[in-house]
Amino acid sequence: MPSPKRIGKLDFGLLSPKDVRKMSVCKVIWPDTYDDDGFPYTKGLMDPSLGVIDPGLRCKTCGQKSGDCPGHFGHIDLAKPVIHVGYTRLIRKLLRVTCRACGRLLLEPQEIDKFSALGDDPFSADVVSEKDIKKERVCPHCTEQQLKVNFEKPTTFMEAWTEDGRKTEHKLTPADIRARLERIPDEDLKILGIDASVARPEWTILTVLSVPPVTMRPSIILENGQRSEDDLTHKLVDIIRINQRFKENQDAGAPQLIIEDLWELLQYHVTTYMDNEVAGCPPARHRSGRPLKTLSQRLKGKDGRFRGSLSGKRVNFSARTVISPDPNLSVSELGIPLAIANEMSVPIRVTRENIEELRSMILVGPERPTLRDPCGANYAIRPDNRRLRLHGGSGLLDNREMVAAMIEPGWTVDRQLRDGDIVLFNRQPSLHRMSIMSHRIKLMDDRTFRLNPAVCPPYNADFDGDEMNMHVPQTEEARAEASLLASVQENILSPRFGGPIIGGIHDHISGIFLLTHELRWFTKPEVLYLLKHANIEFLPKPGKIEDGIPYWSNKQVFSMILPRGLNMVYRATSCTNCPECKKELCERDAYVRIIDGDHISGTIDKKSVGAFEGAIMNRIIRTHGLKRAREYIDDMTKLSIRSIMFIGFTFGIDDEDLSRTEYGQIRDLLDEAELDVEKRIRIYKNGQLEPMPGRTAEETLEMQIMQVLGKARDRTGDIAGSHLGLGNSAVVMAVSGARGSMLNLTQMAGCIGQQSVRGERIVRGYEGRTLPHFKKYDQGAGAHGFIRNSYKSGISPTEFFFHAIGGREGLVDTAVRTSQSGYLQRRLINALQDLKVAYDGTVRTTGGRIIQFKYGEDGTDPTKSAFGDPVDVKGIVESVLKEEV
Amino acid sequence: MNEQYIETIDSYTLPETIHKLISDWLAQHEVDEEIFDRILRRLVRIHEADLPVKTHDQLITLILKKEEKGSPVTDDQFDEILKRVVNEYQSTRIEPCEAVGIIAAQSIGEPGTQMTMRTFHYAGVAEINVTLGLPRLIEIMDARREPSTPAMTIYLEDGFRDNRDRAREVSWDIEASPLHEFGDITTDMENMRVIVTLNKAVCDKRRIKVSEILERAPTKIRDRRHYRDFESEVDEQAGILRFLPKDQGSYQNLFQLVEHVRNVIVQGIDDIQRVVVRKESGEYILYTEGSNLKDVFEVEGVDTTRTRTNNISEISQVLGIEAARDAIIHEANSTLREQGIGVDVRHIMLVADMMCMDGEVKQIGRHGIAGEKESVLSRAAFEVTVNHLLDASIAHEHDELCGVTENVIVGQPIRLGTGDVRLVVKPMQPITKTGEN
Repeated sequence: MPSPKRIGKLDFGLLSPKDVRKMSVCKVIWPDTYDDDGFPYTKGLMDPSLGVIDPGLRCKTCGQKSGDCPGHFGHIDLAKPVIHVGYTRLIRKLLRVTCRACGRLLLEPQEIDKFSALGDDPFSADVVSEKDIKKERVCPHCTEQQLKVNFEKPTTFMEAWTEDGRKTEHKLTPADIRARLERIPDEDLKILGIDASVARPEWTILTVLSVPPVTMRPSIILENGQRSEDDLTHKLVDIIRINQRFKENQDAGAPQLIIEDLWELLQYHVTTYMDNEVAGCPPARHRSGRPLKTLSQRLKGKDGRFRGSLSGKRVNFSARTVISPDPNLSVSELGIPLAIANEMSVPIRVTRENIEELRSMILVGPERPTLRDPCGANYAIRPDNRRLRLHGGSGLLDNREMVAAMIEPGWTVDRQLRDGDIVLFNRQPSLHRMSIMSHRIKLMDDRTFRLNPAVCPPYNADFDGDEMNMHVPQTEEARAEASLLASVQENILSPRFGGPIIGGIHDHISGIFLLTHELRWFTKPEVLYLLKHANIEFLPKPGKIEDGIPYWSNKQVFSMILPRGLNMVYRATSCTNCPECKKELCERDAYVRIIDGDHISGTIDKKSVGAFEGAIMNRIIRTHGLKRAREYIDDMTKLSIRSIMFIGFTFGIDDEDLSRTEYGQIRDLLDEAELDVEKRIRIYKNGQLEPMPGRTAEETLEMQIMQVLGKARDRTGDIAGSHLGLGNSAVVMAVSGARGSMLNLTQMAGCIGQQSVRGERIVRGYEGRTLPHFKKYDQGAGAHGFIRNSYKSGISPTEFFFHAIGGREGLVDTAVRTSQSGYLQRRLINALQDLKVAYDGTVRTTGGRIIQFKYGEDGTDPTKSAFGDPVDVKGIVESVLKEEV
Repeated sequence: MNEQYIETIDSYTLPETIHKLISDWLAQHEVDEEIFDRILRRLVRIHEADLPVKTHDQLITLILKKEEKGSPVTDDQFDEILKRVVNEYQSTRIEPCEAVGIIAAQSIGEPGTQMTMRTFHYAGVAEINVTLGLPRLIEIMDARREPSTPAMTIYLEDGFRDNRDRAREVSWDIEASPLHEFGDITTDMENMRVIVTLNKAVCDKRRIKVSEILERAPTKIRDRRHYRDFESEVDEQAGILRFLPKDQGSYQNLFQLVEHVRNVIVQGIDDIQRVVVRKESGEYILYTEGSNLKDVFEVEGVDTTRTRTNNISEISQVLGIEAARDAIIHEANSTLREQGIGVDVRHIMLVADMMCMDGEVKQIGRHGIAGEKESVLSRAAFEVTVNHLLDASIAHEHDELCGVTENVIVGQPIRLGTGDVRLVVKPMQPITKTGEN
């Protein structure tokens, strides 16, 4: 394969009137587009030599058909010069810093020499600013008295001076300005940072206007057969019409006033043609009242040419649908519906080796009936790149057999997707590289994408209606990179912190917790039920035999999915950090010990298998590699799902029930807290409250109240928690780290607690009170958003309002945050995207500038690091010694 | 007790940290010849393995810990450990062509969605408000000249740090105190004047001379508060200051003057509104609201080596760009950590290095790094598209198409990762019959 050509460099410059004319294929003078018969006027805006947009027609200039002809520029000769809006600031600067008579810079000759000597030094380019020069009032070259140049938005320039004590102003026409700019010598321009070889300043005053090709402003044909022209064409029509009228008036010797009006009108149209959002200029509007999208608007902004069509593009070979979970898939797999697999394809070169296989695919055609059928093909591509669409069914169009007979080596066949093909899978917002990973596909019934719930964390996906995108790589290189660099397996470790980002979630954690907590024994059928979907080849020796029946312990069951040679000792999520660790004898069974792949003690929970933590997985990756780690995730998720099904796990409204004694305790506790608050308010009102340093008495009171009520809420949680043990599913979820916390449980069973806005009790509302239900200036707990009920017991109307107030803050917060952090990330990406590690270990921009001499000061890849450390010394020592150190 | 061993250790040229670790350990533990030999042998091998400081320190500490417990690591185990450590070290090297910039940007940007927006939070000290979370992170990246809540953490020198009263004295030299805290201020409406009677006891307590206040108050009203329409008389003996507005007929002026007199800062540093003294890990630390690094450094008793501010541009001006880089890393890291988000420091370091690359702290965005890029297309694709294009043509700029955006725009492979490998394989030559070469 020949190496593809690269564009070496792009140059920027202005178009001179000469360039515009040279480039032009047609002088446009006719303001209309099509005549009554629908043919374009020659010398009109749709002149056939400007390019073709109608299929079938040929371009008058290059003879190519629509699609191949890139279009050609035309031009309009303007009756009088007009200013280019984008350069008004430059023009103003030039008028102010150059002499109105001789055009030289208003600087002493020796200063000019000094600056032009600097000019060759690239670091001092554009040294001269308006401020350096403005002070001169008399030209040092020709001693001409300078006048003040005023500028009025959008395009008016005026000279001002004082005559007999009166301020006088006089308008500069674009022709005057052009004459003045023409006089500025090239050398002087260089000092101002203008390269006259490509950008003479007078070219910013337009005498001839380039007309873009029709391909750039295609007209669309509406349903009723009417043509609708592009905004640019509309604008050009206006320009030509005014230009024409201007010329006629000029030739007829119209009065100066009319000429000036027309000139201004022409200036307005050219201005809005360039930029329709100029300050001080009413935007040109479409007949419907919508502002026109002219040149500048096409380039600008998120959907503009740069960000919308050049940096990001729409693509083929992509699909999007709703996602749903399938725990029976591997994390590296992706279930796709047949309808998508039939639509999407992979190009396969025909060779002697595969021609028979491809022939049979062509014979299946584009409609594969069921997922178990062999895959079909959608297109056959001839060696001359002509595409033949395959048609199935029994109609006249059916060309399968004919094409199958035609193909020979050199052709390409667009084969449909089949099991095992590699695809890229993505969920927006794509905030990090794990938002796009490659999966191997598996055809499935129904109409959704199916993925293992364990890959949800990197995508940040859930199944409440999320949609995701799939892309099919079309070249061998793309497929190789997808499978070697972007696969799920390669992305288990997050480069953000050097730990696993894929791991068990929700029921995986509850399930594995229930399975491994404390000690239990399973019979052979039970063990086989649990491990049915895991990739296990044999059972170990039973842990005990009672009455001739072999039993395996729960820890043995979990050990079966662990690789041999795995040694680790750590404390689980449920560890409460007792001052003296009882190790294996821990009553919470939180001391985890795995020796040589045997789970000896401890409960497996979030810290062991969870996403973002996953201590076991982290160690497997480092000792056994990514592939084994992926297999472990698959086994672990399957084992945990089976465990939770085997043991059973439900949660209902009555799981939040407490007994009468607890309700009594909670009531007493909250009454007491409210009384305490009342007491503190009384102290404050008596002026006896000692303010905290740096706070007012009122602030101190608020803080005390928040504290008292917060503590009361927590104590209700303790009461509820002491009643609900590990038999309660919510407690299991909270303790194992699967979902929720004890706080959630407190709010469900005990007391919802204080609602807050900006970290303070709710104070806004009516004058002196939050809701009309309270007395004015009541500072009590209930009047400022304390909810003493629980979600289970139901909340009172006033509490309901407070809850809504507090809840809304959260919603507003999220909405604001997403936009702010999105912009921050865009800026960060833009600032850092060009950095890479060079072969010498330095970090450089792609331009070669060194940013760091050694990446991160030690050359360690954060992805491969052990949570930031270059080497996990403790882990290695522990794993060799097989004990905690 | 282990002098001869320590001497032996001294005779080896070991890195500083290793040397310190081992000699400290030897000073505290009884060892015999055998143990010492074993330790020394291993030490030399670890040193020869050429590992980073942190790694070999950890390794040595663990090995010494095992010795301490009386269950030393066996030679086989030690070999295995060292082999694994070296292997792991080699496998964690960064690969060439890695797009580290994008990874860093994603690693910092992605957790932004999980951060809180609550502007005010109470960090450690309940009395002082500090901006945290996403707004603070944005503030750091914006390289603002002044953070929305400037704050300092002032450490004290020996002799001050363990004495509450002396720490308090330092705080008085720092906290901006208005005149009304030092005495009574009365408005004499009849004679159109303001009378300040200083309280000697307060002045003594605050360790400031009465004469100093008398001198400072009028000048500061003129210089700092820019109010000049008054005259003042000093009665040094009684500690009385009289202020007379120039315009004797206007009560409005008198009241204006009273406000200025009441609030003029006569002691401390103007920018520092409040100082809180707290005891933390055995020493007194001053936390301040407001920041002025330069003036605080001149206060007696301040430990200039540890004192810090959250105003990065101030650090850059006072201490230089390297200190500013360090401050960016520290601030960003602590902001993220406070939110419970783990981000590798290397990412933050890269951002900080990028911001400080040119010797001044530059913003991440249009007015900084992104706006000063070489490539026209890249700048145009970021923000203010049209102006960049227009200016580029006037200056006859070139786009060398080195960066990512430019190459994406023109539609060719980017020079990063696999796109940066310019390896061309020559097709194998058919083997010639002569068998030469």
